[in-house]
Amino acid sequence: MDVLTKIPVREQDAKERATNFDEVCLGYNKEEAMNEAARCINCKNAQCVKGCPVAIDIPAFIEQVKNGNIGEAYQIISRSSALPAVCGRVCPQESQCEGKCIRGIKGDPVSIGKLERFVADWARENHIMPEGAVEKKGKSVAVIGSGPAGLTCAGDLAKMGYDVTIFEALHEPGGVLVYGIPEFRLPKQDVVAKEIENVKALGVKIETNVVVGKAVTIDELIEEEGFEAVFIGSGAGLPKFMGIPGENSNGVFSANEYLTRSNLMKAFDGNSNTPIMQSRKVAVVGGGNVAMDAARTALRLGAEVHIVYRRSEEELPARVEEVHHAKEEGIIFDLLTNPVEILADDKGWVTGMKCIRMELGEPDASGRRRPVEIPGSEFVMELDTVIMSLGTSPNPLISSTTEGLETNKWKCIVAAEENGKTSKEGVYAGGDAVTGAATVILAMGAGKAAAKGIDEYLSARM
Amino acid sequence: MYRIVKKSELTTNIYLMEVEAPRVAKRCMPGQFVIVRMDEEGERIPLTICDYDREKGTITIVFQCVGAGTKLMADLKEGDSFHDFVGPLGCPSELVNEDGESLKKKKILFVAGGVGTAPVYPQVKWLHENGVAADVIVGSKTKDLLILEKEMEAVAGNLYVTTDDGSYGRSGMVTQTIKDLVAEGKQYDVCIAIGPMIMMKFVCLLTKELNIPTVVSLNPIMVDGTGMCGACRVTVNGQVKFACVDGPEFDGHGVNFDEAMRRQQIYKTAEGRAMLALEEGDTHHGGCGNCGN
Repeated sequence: MDVLTKIPVREQDAKERATNFDEVCLGYNKEEAMNEAARCINCKNAQCVKGCPVAIDIPAFIEQVKNGNIGEAYQIISRSSALPAVCGRVCPQESQCEGKCIRGIKGDPVSIGKLERFVADWARENHIMPEGAVEKKGKSVAVIGSGPAGLTCAGDLAKMGYDVTIFEALHEPGGVLVYGIPEFRLPKQDVVAKEIENVKALGVKIETNVVVGKAVTIDELIEEEGFEAVFIGSGAGLPKFMGIPGENSNGVFSANEYLTRSNLMKAFDGNSNTPIMQSRKVAVVGGGNVAMDAARTALRLGAEVHIVYRRSEEELPARVEEVHHAKEEGIIFDLLTNPVEILADDKGWVTGMKCIRMELGEPDASGRRRPVEIPGSEFVMELDTVIMSLGTSPNPLISSTTEGLETNKWKCIVAAEENGKTSKEGVYAGGDAVTGAATVILAMGAGKAAAKGIDEYLSARM
Repeated sequence: MYRIVKKSELTTNIYLMEVEAPRVAKRCMPGQFVIVRMDEEGERIPLTICDYDREKGTITIVFQCVGAGTKLMADLKEGDSFHDFVGPLGCPSELVNEDGESLKKKKILFVAGGVGTAPVYPQVKWLHENGVAADVIVGSKTKDLLILEKEMEAVAGNLYVTTDDGSYGRSGMVTQTIKDLVAEGKQYDVCIAIGPMIMMKFVCLLTKELNIPTVVSLNPIMVDGTGMCGACRVTVNGQVKFACVDGPEFDGHGVNFDEAMRRQQIYKTAEGRAMLALEEGDTHHGGCGNCGN
């Protein structure tokens, strides 16, 4: 065995999976996992742990996998992460743990993400649960939002012995894990629902269909419902549009709407009463993970799909694996291309999109080379559907109904990075509601930091 | 949770249900709406709140059976429960934020069309409870489809019923009644029109001419109802708004109704298809214009 090369992970064939919603990556089996784990050199000063937003003791769990003690490996991961089966699937490992792996200097880094996924899946199949709190503290905390930030914060607080209630606006818990990320990347029943069950098994209560800011305010939760601290993990919900002509034509959707219809409302499986556009040719505008998810969903629903992105391949913000999978499945990438107008017929249905070619100029504030329009290069793409995947901004529902809660100019809640503390006493926040659209794992890191912050705050009040 | 404590068929295909939803009942105000789901696979159906009882913790909704979802809903009985019932969503009607004294001086006209009578009712009732008598026009296609007449009569200043076919009350469209009232010398400071999009469009065209500021309540397609999906975007005074969080009430004279009506059609064929499939089950052999048979 070549120690410089990672054990390849089995995947569904690209041609086959382009027509179904089953999971793309099939994961390691125990033998493959133990072989891959053997590549870890167990660094004393482990860089991978520093690359992990929730600081999982990576060498320790891999050591257990190496020896075949998968249950023990699971408990080590569970001490730091409430959602390992999710993270093993959706974390951008290449820029985090695996990006720092010493093995990666010469050869492939250890496939930490795939190992984490294997451990979590094995634990689920063998009905192993995370260890809960030993002693109750008799204090309650409210968590707003059941996405990655909220679930992590709630799980950590429950393990410390707090009574935690999560309030979720939608009818199903999971946040972006259920409405945003598609089935073929993150199975809902087998993975997401089970990890949420694990969080509930720690004693966390989840109340769905409660829109905080509308049905109840943060102040009321504290003053009337007896919660001593509140964590806001409400996400970055509002989709952005480009503001170009024709954007309200029939057939233009936000990626949020398209994905919510397919994922949360299950429009993909034909048995759902929620409709989704039956498209022939789709352009997805944007280059992030959400754009890849929307594109690959449209492809599976039978359309020819183009990714339209104004920068070049190098600047695509999506995970390398997602771009790779999208290409394998037949998504066409129209890079250095920017929409200027959406064209519609006399009934208002999309017929095409006028675009302009771009070239890369000088680096901008983000350090990436700024895309510049090439004069006279306009052309028309014929389409019936355009999906805008340009990012999201925080929902003002909570900030506008909570007095004394400071927000910044992007309407994000201002919270300290180290403990999630906001300008309002007893109120903590984290995840996309604070940072704007980011990743699952960064939200989890923030939920974790806030749980620690809340524990310190409530311990001091005893 | 979300148990149906009362159900009645107001008229053919229009149902009223009183549902236990204490969190919604505690906070809701006239003008707001809820989203309901029948079962685990059900779609999310937005419905304007028709009435609420804070003490009992119940919300009254009125709906017309139009699609597969509302058909299933109509089959629910007293004692059954909704799977999900979330709210209150959207902004309360602007009237409820106004100062009581200035409100009493205002001459307010409500124009309700069809099932739109239901969301008009809590606003008129709220004004009545706050000592304001508003005039109300209720328009219906025909006598048999008229709903909530007695209830409305009890809270309105003057109630004018009109039917398209003249089978009851005045004869003609609601716009005709507005013209008649103004011709009779009535003056109004504000008009609130709720009903089918096409009715609201024509009411607005008329009230613009008559110089009566007009508020409309829009019911575009939506999924989550919290601002997340953007399906409900409408253009008002040249700006794109999300009806679920910025509305549902808007300045009627600024609404691009043609765009709003066109956007309501996006899934019409798909919805019709679902309805047909549901009605005919395995016996469906075409005729829907969509399946190719």
